[in-house]
Amino acid sequence: MAQSDWLYTEKVLEHFMHPRNILMDEDGYEEDGKGITGNIKCGDQMIVVIKVDKEKGTIEDCKWKTFGCASAIASTSALSEMVKGMTLEDAYHVSAKDINKELGGLPEHKIHCSVLGDKALRAAINDYYIRNGMEDKVKLEEARIVCNCLNITDHEIEEAVLEGARTFYELQERTKIGTVCGECEDEATRLVEMYKNKHFCQV
Amino acid sequence: MEKRKVYFDHNATTPLHPEVKKTMIEMMDVFGNPSSLHGFGRVARGYVEEARAKVADFIGADPEEIMFVGSGSEANNTVLSILTNQCRQCNFDCRSGRGLITTTIEHPCILEASKCLFERGVDVSYIEVDQYGKVDMDQIRESVTPGTGLVSVMMANNEIGTIQDIRTIVELVHEKGALFHTDAVQAVGKIPVNVKDLDVDFLTLSGHKIYGPKGIGALYVRKGAPFCPLIRGGHQEKGRRAGTENTIGIVGIGKAIEMRSREMDPEEKRLLGLKQKLREGIEQSIPDIRFVGHPTDCLPGTLNVSFDGAEGEAIILYLDLEGIAVSTGSACASGSLDPSHVILATGLPAECAHGSIRISLGRDNTAEDIEYMLEVLPAVIDRIRAMSTVYARRT
Repeated sequence: MAQSDWLYTEKVLEHFMHPRNILMDEDGYEEDGKGITGNIKCGDQMIVVIKVDKEKGTIEDCKWKTFGCASAIASTSALSEMVKGMTLEDAYHVSAKDINKELGGLPEHKIHCSVLGDKALRAAINDYYIRNGMEDKVKLEEARIVCNCLNITDHEIEEAVLEGARTFYELQERTKIGTVCGECEDEATRLVEMYKNKHFCQV
Repeated sequence: MEKRKVYFDHNATTPLHPEVKKTMIEMMDVFGNPSSLHGFGRVARGYVEEARAKVADFIGADPEEIMFVGSGSEANNTVLSILTNQCRQCNFDCRSGRGLITTTIEHPCILEASKCLFERGVDVSYIEVDQYGKVDMDQIRESVTPGTGLVSVMMANNEIGTIQDIRTIVELVHEKGALFHTDAVQAVGKIPVNVKDLDVDFLTLSGHKIYGPKGIGALYVRKGAPFCPLIRGGHQEKGRRAGTENTIGIVGIGKAIEMRSREMDPEEKRLLGLKQKLREGIEQSIPDIRFVGHPTDCLPGTLNVSFDGAEGEAIILYLDLEGIAVSTGSACASGSLDPSHVILATGLPAECAHGSIRISLGRDNTAEDIEYMLEVLPAVIDRIRAMSTVYARRT
């Protein structure tokens, strides 16, 4: 009698059993950009770090860490292999769809897990731009959610900054951002800084 | 150690007891309809009533107080539905209130049915539990009023194994004139249960949790308790549940109960011993863990443990690759975004619920199974924690 299929494809299983490019604490990795997404209250969190070949503008190395399920582990493992050698521009446009294709398909209710990895990667690329004074290159996705608990997007943060918010706490007063789990505080703080620089740069 | 197949998910379902299987195979030749007056029917009727007597005897009921149903979920839905199914045809006593009180840690079939009743205008309230999963007696005292029609509290919890003090709760409930139901699906056959001692009005039990077949459950309805059928249209089960009897299932649950009456007591001690060994082994080999559930008032084979920084679905799938079957309270495994409502109800934060696994032992488990688990589990947790964003390894 046939055993019902494993919930995941062979490719997912392979990455789950042998995840590639895990960021180990003990390695003392010095990244050029770092992105964090998700939060543990919701059951998954992802960190992606990249090293960049500054001459060529390509991703030299990509490592990651997760508190997440098999899909999150496998999709980020696959992503970390896919983006090595890619230009920052191309890597920025790798979508959950591309990862899903690479893995031979994830169950529908698991697709949201694979979004974490590419979201964290984009955050890492933006972080690299910010660290290297290339704020103008920072791309803003259409209404990217920063505060997962209250569904507050980067666009709303930008608006609040334009309306006068200059610190995370001022932002919080206006938007209630980060008042549930608080995981987004660091990212929101960075965004406030970035939008401040973008719109109110003191020369 | 050699790779093994280890089943540690007995609270989900159990394998058929070999004696049950044998009895059921024999029963497949008994095809008569128990309602028929002729000989074929009477033979089948005889088997059904023999099984009913076994079930009744095991929980201290009279045979006519036992009705067979399709599952524990059906039994639970049937009992809750009496609050809204009142009609002249039924003898539900409308003088008692219509409100329902249940707990925050019930099985989804009670919680979902409660929500539905609420939508239909029934006043529903939920009693909270403490850190061990025990219901708050003060809250019961305050909540049960003359407006309460029914109180439903599960006897033993499927996820964390905590056993409630049903007798005490029943006293509080009956004092106010309300009816009492207990979902004892996880309790019957694992711990002693006597409906007369407990003084409950309704009790649910299921076949497949006690080495019987799936698709069969039983509901105890105290003689004289108001009742209203969920499934109408036949005289079967004294008009309380229409539908031709599942004779093979009924004989299966009867045999399963008979085997429980012989095996339960010695098994309880054995399982407690195995669980203790497992618990100590986990404590010694894995740091930063917490056990969920009551330390003593707990099902003998149930152990729920949460690992900091490790996600439950990843744990069960890595264990599955090693041949070990357990389950998890993590949201990711269920396809929803919400982790176990039971673990959250005990007051643990969501990240603990996401990192919890339930190990439920049964009659086929051995000391070797525990040793194998203790060999595999620490490496699995270590591996997951090494790639975790929220666990800093201490070196």
